[in-house]
Amino acid sequence: MSSRIPLPYNPKIIELFRNPKNMGPMKDATITAIAGSPACGDMISLYLKIEKRNNEDVVVNATFESYGCAANIAAASILTEMIKGKSVKEAWMISWRDIADELGGLPVIKYHCSILAVGALRRAIRDYYKKMKVHPDWLPRDLTVEEKQTFEEEKMMEHLRKMRESMVKYK
Amino acid sequence: MSIKDLLREHGKPPKEVYFDLENSGYVPDEVVEAIIPYFNKIGYGHPAITHKLGWEAFEVIDETKKLLARTINASGPEEIVITHSGTEANNLAILGHAIAHREKGGKILVSAIEHLSVIFPAEKAEKLYGFKVQRIPVDEEGFIDPEMFSAYMDKDVSLISIQLVNHEIGTIQNIRELVKIAKEINPEVIFHTDAADAFGRMRIDVKDLGVDMLTISSHKIHGPRGVGALFIKQGTKIEPILYGQLSSEKFWPGVENIPLIAGFRKAIELAFRDFDNNVAKVKRLRDKLMNGIIESVPEVLVNGPIGDKRVVDNANISFLYVEGEAITVEFSLNGIYVSSGSACTSRILEPSHVLLAIGRRHEEAHGSILFKVCRYHSDEDIDYALENIPIAIKRLRKLSPLTPPHLKGD
Repeated sequence: MSSRIPLPYNPKIIELFRNPKNMGPMKDATITAIAGSPACGDMISLYLKIEKRNNEDVVVNATFESYGCAANIAAASILTEMIKGKSVKEAWMISWRDIADELGGLPVIKYHCSILAVGALRRAIRDYYKKMKVHPDWLPRDLTVEEKQTFEEEKMMEHLRKMRESMVKYK
Repeated sequence: MSIKDLLREHGKPPKEVYFDLENSGYVPDEVVEAIIPYFNKIGYGHPAITHKLGWEAFEVIDETKKLLARTINASGPEEIVITHSGTEANNLAILGHAIAHREKGGKILVSAIEHLSVIFPAEKAEKLYGFKVQRIPVDEEGFIDPEMFSAYMDKDVSLISIQLVNHEIGTIQNIRELVKIAKEINPEVIFHTDAADAFGRMRIDVKDLGVDMLTISSHKIHGPRGVGALFIKQGTKIEPILYGQLSSEKFWPGVENIPLIAGFRKAIELAFRDFDNNVAKVKRLRDKLMNGIIESVPEVLVNGPIGDKRVVDNANISFLYVEGEAITVEFSLNGIYVSSGSACTSRILEPSHVLLAIGRRHEEAHGSILFKVCRYHSDEDIDYALENIPIAIKRLRKLSPLTPPHLKGD
């Protein structure tokens, strides 16, 4: 097949792949976000239930679905674990590196899996506040690195797909 | 992070079935036993030195080449060179030709679905020696249309490299007809075919095909990795691509790896012993596997042709709504070893160029799994795979946001 690279996964990834936590859609989700695309071969759907607790927005429940490799499934699973019970502001602060560390390390070529997980989370949080028509002062106006990367990957795959499809197909 | 921890977490599945024969082969005991004595019992001398141990070593090379020549109907062992691998044989055919013809230059034609050990050297020949590389498109099953092919042919074509059997989707190309068309338009043209995935699975006759060069790989016929061969028709001009002290093999500088060549020889013997029955057995098991998957897993696509124009050992299936790398891991946890054409297993973001060339969409290519069946598989192996594959796909589909609701239920 194409050029390959060894992927020495951390056992934590295999463990989470085997027994993912918080898997499946959430019926009473406050907000849902999708990052990635089928064309990328990487896609995460994130479902959050957000409630006000002591005047603070808190993620009371989080679940996911994942179309992607073992690392993608593990990253999405651990992210839901990391944000449950946290304030939305604290959840926003989680970086792709935090997820990689929590997984016990990711192969370099799989960094984009944890970037995509953060991309999905921050997209959900932005959409939530857009829906609520408020803009907390800690929420940056500009897209963060992870959001940009996620957006770039989606855009690039859309471009590649269009290129392929516009190529004269020989029958 | 330690691979040992990963393997401990993985554990040993109750039964193991290895279908990833595309990437690395299973070497049976008979072949291993043919290799071992050549390290320290016999023939461990240098094949070009005049003593008994040297002659014993040379005998291995000589006999291997005679045997190979017979199996593909070459004129004799002088038309066979032993290489370090199928990849090296392809590199030698393309770059060796390019170096020998660099003054004249011209075009190199390859199919869009060639192995990367053909495509990359062809691109290198373009960069280094000024050849122009053209990729010939294929149809949805991987076939080159003869009319389309003749449109690419002219007096300026120096080399053509089109594989006899595609390594991923098993398409058996009509090389005989393509050679005929090519040589009618340009009698000077050199035609190379990569037969690594055809050898041992169908009869090959280089005279009947009309090719000038043909690649064979040891590990694809249950021989050891690290040996291959190139048939070079007498009179074909080719320059070495490796340099150093030569002995028996004019394209293998340094000491030939006699133990591995002895293993290669044994593997050829075994492949051609009871050939027709073996091929029939492989085809029966492959059909059982492929049909079994199609019947037990909904929404799958077969990649490549179905019927006599598909090589007997190949089954390539796209499982929709799930990603191939996750499938390889999930199967592995259940003791079924396969590979995928997904981008997730590769160095680049693009999935298999073969699957894209036959018009598969990205998400179809991402979910592709390649199975190769061999004569060492049993009915029980196929049954075990067929028991576990539907369960594994179901679990991953349950995780995926792309799976339609009717496939998610229990």
